[in-house]
Amino acid sequence: MTIERAVSPAQRAIQVLGDDLTESTLKRYLEGIPGIDAVGLEQRAAGLGTRSIKTTSKAWALDKIIELIDLTTLEGADTPGKVRSLVAKALLPDPSDLSAPRVAAVCVYGDMVPYAVDALGAAHAAGGAEGIAVAAVATAFPSGRASLAVKLADTADAVAAGADEIDMVIDRGAFLSGRYGAVFDEIVAVKEACRRADGSFAHLKVILETGELTTYDNVRRASWLAILAGGDFIKTSTGKVAPAATLPVTLSMLEVVRDWHRLTGERIGVKPAGGIRSSKDAIKYLVTVAETVGEEWLQPHLFRFGASSLLNDVLLQRQKITSGHYSGADYVTID
Amino acid sequence: MTHIAVPKTYKLFIGGAFPRSESGRTYEVTTPKGAFLANAAKASRKDARDAVVAARAAVSGWSGATAYNRGQVLYRVAEVLEGRRAQFEDEIVRQEGVSAAAARAQVDEAIDRWVWYAGWTDKYSQVAGNANPVAGPYFNLTVPEPTGVVAVIAPQDSSLLGLVSAIAPALVPGNAVVVVASEAYPLSAITLAEVLATSDVPKGAVNILTGSPAEIAPWLASHADVNALDLVGASALDWIDLEIAAAETLKRVYPPESGPDAAAPALARVLAFTETKTVWHTKSLI
Repeated sequence: MTIERAVSPAQRAIQVLGDDLTESTLKRYLEGIPGIDAVGLEQRAAGLGTRSIKTTSKAWALDKIIELIDLTTLEGADTPGKVRSLVAKALLPDPSDLSAPRVAAVCVYGDMVPYAVDALGAAHAAGGAEGIAVAAVATAFPSGRASLAVKLADTADAVAAGADEIDMVIDRGAFLSGRYGAVFDEIVAVKEACRRADGSFAHLKVILETGELTTYDNVRRASWLAILAGGDFIKTSTGKVAPAATLPVTLSMLEVVRDWHRLTGERIGVKPAGGIRSSKDAIKYLVTVAETVGEEWLQPHLFRFGASSLLNDVLLQRQKITSGHYSGADYVTID
Repeated sequence: MTHIAVPKTYKLFIGGAFPRSESGRTYEVTTPKGAFLANAAKASRKDARDAVVAARAAVSGWSGATAYNRGQVLYRVAEVLEGRRAQFEDEIVRQEGVSAAAARAQVDEAIDRWVWYAGWTDKYSQVAGNANPVAGPYFNLTVPEPTGVVAVIAPQDSSLLGLVSAIAPALVPGNAVVVVASEAYPLSAITLAEVLATSDVPKGAVNILTGSPAEIAPWLASHADVNALDLVGASALDWIDLEIAAAETLKRVYPPESGPDAAAPALARVLAFTETKTVWHTKSLI
């Protein structure tokens, strides 16, 4: 079985589970997935965090981190002006050093998408491989507590405004009470809502909100569910719930992605988001990706950091390497 | 049952905690005659970096406290110093090899000096500030404000008095301090850290590093997040180079002093680490 890139929603689930796709077959499949050895997972993650990354490797890693960042502002107090300054930072992260690469995308609320697209201008990726993408959170982010019709309208609205990527939240309430079918159908419907007028799809990132799923087994099940339903990316968190992204959770999601690739040949992206603030932490994630799914995942279409303050820390580290002395917060822009 | 003495591990003081050096290094502290006294942590450039991060985080809280409150906290430090004077005297005798009377005199002077500086917290801005006369219906006020993070190379030939003389004035206006203690006499510095940690001084407002000033000072001098450099104890170092490095990021620099009167109490030491702010304000609504 080979899936290059699932285009029509639920195509994956039909290929893996067969045409007889019901709530009970889905439940049987997800609950048949072996459990996670939590102690082993945490130990493995801790071990991956001890790799020593120095000098040229560190310089490479810092630039790579910038290229993988979804520069994010998701505040109730966001304004068009704030989004424009975010875009300016995405285009030129370090005005004192033009060799700093650009970030992968900017991530904003749906109503801010037009301002982001406008501010990016010619630099907007608009579905292409070059340039900076615009990601929009949708489906009543961050709680996801709205009717399906509202969620789909939210999604379609952002896509119509020019969003290249949609970050949706799953219905954690339904998932935790075992109604996998409801979660599945919702992801399938949102994927359909990501369809543009020309028939192409905006990339769909499915936020599992792992901080609310409580166990690693749930994270693994939710990851499989999100992939089966058609997610292009699985994302850890909204950033509004603590704990947000942690290394063990991301590792367990990467393992699902690795298994899916082995099973189908298809590559799914992973996006840890929230709580990654230092370069040191981000480098641990790079190591985890490289040693779990392989270095080929270290590309913007397969791995992203959802972050806002991380970029400044990476720039400070970059300045330290370039100048030879420690830099300070006065030498990067205010978020 | 016989008691087995528990020797103290002298560690660094960063962000209110007592970590070992990130590098894992220690060095031996000896009496003037060469007898072993203790192992002290030998701070690395990364410890200095961590200390600056802790200090930066403490600036807003410490400088934002009212002058009266800062004064109360500094008086409290003097009270706790007084309560632990026996330990300080003992350490000074063992480190410097001086008489008990000389050690007692040094502790007395250190406490007196601390109290003297504590008194300045709610007074220095009256002396350094001003209501300037201007040709219009405006208040024109000049006020001194703390500069931010001050890196200090403490006097190297004094264990307690020199250290107190260097950090107290920087604390008065609300600066946070990263101090490299005397390399030969670091034990009093860490004991002072224990006093500070139990005297309501906010964590990170004072960070104490022990080890080689020659190794750490260049990193502090060139650090872009350090606002001022007090080189009072740096006369044996290549301090001109430190000044040049500090100029790259426009730091305030206070030059080295040596001799018995080094770092003598002076309001100038307080004002050296302040910035002058002048504001205009309408006198009334017309």
